[in-house]
Amino acid sequence: MTTVEQRPRPRQVNRRPNGRGVRGWFGRQPRPVRAAVVLVALAVAYALPYVGSVPGIGPQIETQGIDWPSALFNMSYYVLLALGLNVVVGFAGLLDLGYVGFFAVGAYTVALLTSPDSDLKTHWPWLLSIPVAIAVAMLSGLILGWPTLRLRGDYLAIVTLGFAEIIRIFADSNTHLRGDRGFGGLPHPPGKYSDGTPIFGVRDATPYFWLGLSVIVVVILGIRNLDRSRVGRSWLAIREDEEAAAIMGVRTVKYKLWAFAIGACVGGLGGVMFAGQNGFMNSATFVLQFSILILAGVVMGGSGNIAGAILGGALISYIPDRLRGQQIGNLDAYEYRFLLFGLAIILIMIFRPQGLIPSRRRAMELKDRAKEVAPQ
Amino acid sequence: MNFSGLIHDLGPSTVAGLAQGAIYALFALGYTLVYGVLRLINFAHSEVFMVGTYAALITWGIFGLDQNSATPGTGAVIGYLALGILAAALISGVTAICVELVAYRPLRRRNAPPLAFLITAIGASIVISEFVGVATHRNIRGVPPLIHPATVVHFGNTNITNLQILIIVLALVMMLALDRFVNRTRLGRGVRAVAQNPDSAALMGVNKDRAISLVFLLGGLMAGIAAVMYVLKIGDTRFDAGFNLGIAAFTAAVLGGIGNLRGALVGGLIIGLFENYGASLFGTQYRNVVTFILLIVILMFRPSGILGESLGRARA
Amino acid sequence: MRQGLVRALGGAAIVALVAGAAACNSGNNGGGSSSGKNCGFKIAYFGALTGSAANLGVNIEQGAELAVKQYNDKNGANCITIQKFDSQGDPAVAPGVARQLVTDKKIIGIVGPPFSGESEAADPIFEEAMIPTITPSATRPSLSTHGWKVFHRAVANDDSQGPAAAKYIKDVLKPTKVFVADDQSAYGAGLADVVKQQLGALVVGTDKTGADGKQTDFSATVQKVVSSGATVFFYGGYYQNAGLIRKQLTAAGWKGTQLGGDGVKDPGFAKAAGNAAATGSIVTCPCSPASKAGGSFVTDYKAAWNQDAGTYSDVAFDAMNIFLKGIDGGNTTPQKMNDYLKGVQYQGVANTYKFTDTGELDPQYIKVWAFKFDASGVDQPDQEIPKG
Repeated sequence: MTTVEQRPRPRQVNRRPNGRGVRGWFGRQPRPVRAAVVLVALAVAYALPYVGSVPGIGPQIETQGIDWPSALFNMSYYVLLALGLNVVVGFAGLLDLGYVGFFAVGAYTVALLTSPDSDLKTHWPWLLSIPVAIAVAMLSGLILGWPTLRLRGDYLAIVTLGFAEIIRIFADSNTHLRGDRGFGGLPHPPGKYSDGTPIFGVRDATPYFWLGLSVIVVVILGIRNLDRSRVGRSWLAIREDEEAAAIMGVRTVKYKLWAFAIGACVGGLGGVMFAGQNGFMNSATFVLQFSILILAGVVMGGSGNIAGAILGGALISYIPDRLRGQQIGNLDAYEYRFLLFGLAIILIMIFRPQGLIPSRRRAMELKDRAKEVAPQ
Repeated sequence: MNFSGLIHDLGPSTVAGLAQGAIYALFALGYTLVYGVLRLINFAHSEVFMVGTYAALITWGIFGLDQNSATPGTGAVIGYLALGILAAALISGVTAICVELVAYRPLRRRNAPPLAFLITAIGASIVISEFVGVATHRNIRGVPPLIHPATVVHFGNTNITNLQILIIVLALVMMLALDRFVNRTRLGRGVRAVAQNPDSAALMGVNKDRAISLVFLLGGLMAGIAAVMYVLKIGDTRFDAGFNLGIAAFTAAVLGGIGNLRGALVGGLIIGLFENYGASLFGTQYRNVVTFILLIVILMFRPSGILGESLGRARA
Repeated sequence: MRQGLVRALGGAAIVALVAGAAACNSGNNGGGSSSGKNCGFKIAYFGALTGSAANLGVNIEQGAELAVKQYNDKNGANCITIQKFDSQGDPAVAPGVARQLVTDKKIIGIVGPPFSGESEAADPIFEEAMIPTITPSATRPSLSTHGWKVFHRAVANDDSQGPAAAKYIKDVLKPTKVFVADDQSAYGAGLADVVKQQLGALVVGTDKTGADGKQTDFSATVQKVVSSGATVFFYGGYYQNAGLIRKQLTAAGWKGTQLGGDGVKDPGFAKAAGNAAATGSIVTCPCSPASKAGGSFVTDYKAAWNQDAGTYSDVAFDAMNIFLKGIDGGNTTPQKMNDYLKGVQYQGVANTYKFTDTGELDPQYIKVWAFKFDASGVDQPDQEIPKG
């Protein structure tokens, strides 16, 4: 009998993250505990419309100048947009300043297909228009992605900005897109309570928030899986060093287009949700400042990190809404709302340059990169 | 599409486009300078410009000039113009340095990722424009009629006014002066050295922080001068005057090759011209579509702009 | 260590922000009711107070607030409260703010929304809550066709103003060439389209510009106007852009007459254009001159706000007074107020008001006047434009 060669067993690599703080703790927990924590967090999120009845802190969280469930719904589509933009900017490292373009494409497709004001006169229900809107948004992502494949960094930024401006100008000026006159009578999502009143009415925004939240959960699952798959690793490689990635056999063209298409798809979905809730939409919504805000949200939250994008997206909607209808001393805060918001952005970025919830992977890369010549 | 309109208005459109393009070019210098050295988009530059428009108007206001006063005599006009330009350049320059101190320097110290700079600059831009918006009640402010427009050169249906000539000449002179400064002086050499390689430059005894402040100051000065030309041309300003103009100027900087001083001039003039041609051809509402499509097409073939050089490698 | 400090500071900054916002909570529910017989109620202003259309919204809000101030001077301080809701003039923001408004049960009437877009988005919510609205300025004709019971419009819609403007051009100015441009807003484009249609072959050129705040350089439009040879220029839009274009037209040596709709009837037009350029410009407005109705509105407004009354300030003042008169009459629930509005006839400073079944202004009270800017930048009544 030959003795089985006693290979020294490689030391069990501790694959669990060992970071400090809440996230480190979370990473070290066994699967059931983590699942339980996620479920509790979800339950809390779904209960947010009723936060006002929590004594003490509850009324402080609620917005005053805008209906709280509506503010939550607004946050939900901002979060959706931030998640989508995070794929493009955070994962693939492609700076997109015109993300609102996809939001517009999604919303306009819904409006054209469903509104009685539309020249198409199709009068589709909201639900039926969703797949078409998403497909059109994805297509527009590819259309934007294709001519910009060779561009890097800030050149890409200005082209994406131009793309969104072109969409906005056509929305403003094209007679079929109705410009400022807009589309009225957009149908709401389907569903009725047992007494015949619609679930998705005009008075109560809570169902819309729940719908938005559910869509967010689905999107998070999808994006998270992608990020952890071959696609996500390719994005990482492209973000780090495009030439090196190409040499190593990563098909950069394909995966960059994927990033644009998926980002566009989520953005379009945001537009679909917006149109379904608002009942009316016109070109005034799709301004450039909106893209810039979403980008600020993603970076503020922590570019490249799903939790960061969620937090950032929620904050950029929440801070101005929370300051609405407030008084500071004798001054009405509404005048100063965006001034304070700008200050908040600067402070957050100065104190947390990597974002509120930094991406660990990016933090490590940046540490590496700090040694390179960085002209900062 | 209105081709006959385009042909008919070709002369006037060209002149108007060159004057507008000259303003874009000066404005674009601020983007290009900062980008050349830091590789960052200074999003707050549009507000630096806007502050300059108010600085000039307030200066003239101190002398009791408002938009309903009569046009003063030639000597006085030159004096007022010089004062207005001085005040606007100074205030814009100081604002630009403040932006650097508040939004850039703390992040540089922390070695922040490039996107963080973009966001603080956006924050600074919001703060400045909202502050002015609140202070002015978001009202429009008119410009005193310093220069009574008069046609100087006339051929066909093309009239060139004294104001258009002033704008184009002043812009060219300032561009030339800046080009000389960056390429010929000791301070300019420092800036170029930092642009090429900040660490080596620091080793060679260049004060990096000072070079960066200088770049912001120069961009601010140019924006201030552009601001005076703008208010003379448009006749009014508002708290959000910088935003849309800033987009066009930034487009111009990228089109010419961002980080390249001469690129800013080329880009500015092209954007100015094509805006006006596009407006004649398709209608004013589509003029920006024309410039952006032009930009996309040019970048497809020249991915780093028409002249596509960096500030550091700019030839003397 | 250092990083820990930074984190702590960052966290502290955010906590401070939230706490700061929270601290402001208390100021909101002040304004106790005083003892007068019909006191303690609220009328809301719903419209833009910030954003790019803030200047228009503030004119309207101040007009409405002046009416409340004057009422409270007579009936005790804090008798009626004006509650302001800032929609930013943005149809995307309006529904959330409107839902907040309808949760306040003390609000028995709304002045606003000022713009047609936000009306489309917010009025369904007011309709479901049955809170009566009087809009001082949303002129889109289709707003009255949705069957909203709470909708009332204190101005004539675009369908009556546009033809009058065209008639004035044809009968008074008698030009051979007219250039028509608009700012692509629902209001401006709607008006310009009617004018174009009515003038027919007189129109030698058209153009479309950006909205207020989106565009300041109008050299292309100016160039087209000059080379078209038109002697009359109609601009559908608001006063800031109209003033800027007037200024740039004058600077380019164009000597014709500029016309605008009621969105241009504002001292801001002369402020933007300069008095010299503004002189002789015409605005049409479905309203009567303030001097006709008597009253001291113009001076009161200036005294209260230290600025001149702007577009629709007077209509908003009247709209608020209609509500206040309703409160005097004991109509202190939204339902009673709405019933009262169906039958009210009220003579205000800008017009006499009576609403039809669909909430439109009764046609017999729609008078369209033309006003002309004089050399001091004030719009003086020129003449009433006859109907038909």
